[in-house]
Amino acid sequence: MINIELYKKLHGAEGEMFLDLELSIKEGEFLALSGKSGSGKTTLLRILAGLEEAHGSISLNKETWLDEENTLAPQKRSIGFVFQEHALFENMTVLENLLYVAEDKSLALRLLEITELTKLQKRYPKALSGGQKQRVSLCRAIMRRPKLLLLDEPLSALDPSMRTKLQQEILTLHKEFNITTIMVSHEPSEIYKLASRVIVLDNGKIVEDGSPKEVLLKTNGSQKFSFNGELLELKKIDIIYVAIVSIGQQLVEVVLSEDEAQKLTIGQKVNISTKAFNPTLS
Amino acid sequence: MFEPFYISFKLATITVIILFCISLPLAWYLSQTRSKIKPFIEALTALPIVLPPSVLGFYILVALSQNSPLGAFFKDTFDISLVFNFTSLVIASSFYSLPFMVQPLQSGFESLNKNMIEASYLAGKSQFETVMKVALPNIKPALLTAIIITFAHTVGEFGVVLMVGGSIPGETKVASVAIYEMVEIMDYKGAHIYSAIMLGMSFIVLLSVYTFNAKHNKKFGL
Repeated sequence: MINIELYKKLHGAEGEMFLDLELSIKEGEFLALSGKSGSGKTTLLRILAGLEEAHGSISLNKETWLDEENTLAPQKRSIGFVFQEHALFENMTVLENLLYVAEDKSLALRLLEITELTKLQKRYPKALSGGQKQRVSLCRAIMRRPKLLLLDEPLSALDPSMRTKLQQEILTLHKEFNITTIMVSHEPSEIYKLASRVIVLDNGKIVEDGSPKEVLLKTNGSQKFSFNGELLELKKIDIIYVAIVSIGQQLVEVVLSEDEAQKLTIGQKVNISTKAFNPTLS
Repeated sequence: MFEPFYISFKLATITVIILFCISLPLAWYLSQTRSKIKPFIEALTALPIVLPPSVLGFYILVALSQNSPLGAFFKDTFDISLVFNFTSLVIASSFYSLPFMVQPLQSGFESLNKNMIEASYLAGKSQFETVMKVALPNIKPALLTAIIITFAHTVGEFGVVLMVGGSIPGETKVASVAIYEMVEIMDYKGAHIYSAIMLGMSFIVLLSVYTFNAKHNKKFGL
């Protein structure tokens, strides 16, 4: 069980704001941390790791990591951390990177096997692809057998197919070692696949907290489909209006009546939903 | 005949060793701190670059002479004089060449990926171990530059050495001072030989630094 109660003044892109939150995480939980950029997600992870100072308290089981008098150094916290961009030790090979953390060769080799990196163990980070580097970072984070694993958007710089592969590996490692994990992510599909709980931060405060299904599925009532998008264009064709809306990576056309069209402005965030009909998946 | 060169190189070697030990923690501190006193320390360490060597030499002479508390203490306790001998040259050189060791190391440390350093802390390693095993091995070009430039700069110093060491043959008469004296007594042949040796060696040293850095950068794709 991890109990967190934090307060910190932040200087964000939009001026001053306050990180102010209370959070309990159960052992073995996989928590996804979501929210706009600048909402304090990375700062929260860095405070948990002891890389940044804050007021409040953090305790893990009976260990106190932070209270009003003491701050435990990062060295003494049982933490694994994967940064957004890889932070491997450039002067060491893949295997040396892992052994630097702990002299446990059998664990290192096992981790490299799970992540299919066994053949690359003698390479230097310079000679690895982005995905391979992040997998090494992930293995390195687990070498200390941490009680808490912190992942700061570790997959954001990777292409979609590599992402899927690494998501699977993260899940495998999380289950194999039963490590409580907090992962910053913006991808609903990623959160849905990995997390057992989602927290959404906005302006340093928790605005949503629940299971991925509760937080991510945007439908309510009798709605069957519901998407959030941005209104790109409104065209008048004879007596009807056609709106072009971008949803994720795709554009869709929606027919509107004049009344509906007049309430909308270009660039606005809109929600598209439909009721009774049978979609086909192919 | 080549004794002045021997003294020059002995002085430079000892100075490099002393300055490396002092500058490593100092440069690391300066690269990591956000303290308000950082600009003051930076200005102090850079002073020898802008000060005339005679000014630096004068203050060192004043501080170490037997009339100063420090000089008197060493004279009374150990019966050692701190001026006009080899020890005084080492002390003076350590001040004079300090910025040439600190600055390359500091900018090397500052160029490191901060997350890499933090990853080492998160692996449970102390600052000392992080510096020795992660930071230093990743700034090899800066490290080599610092050592070579400090060495070369110490070999090339003239004003401070003359002020603090005098020109005692076999003790404080270094190559640069020897050349000055040869010109004074119009021994141009000797001055030519000494100067040519200095010129050639300096060029070879700098050439090897730049060659190493070019190779290193190519290997690690910097």
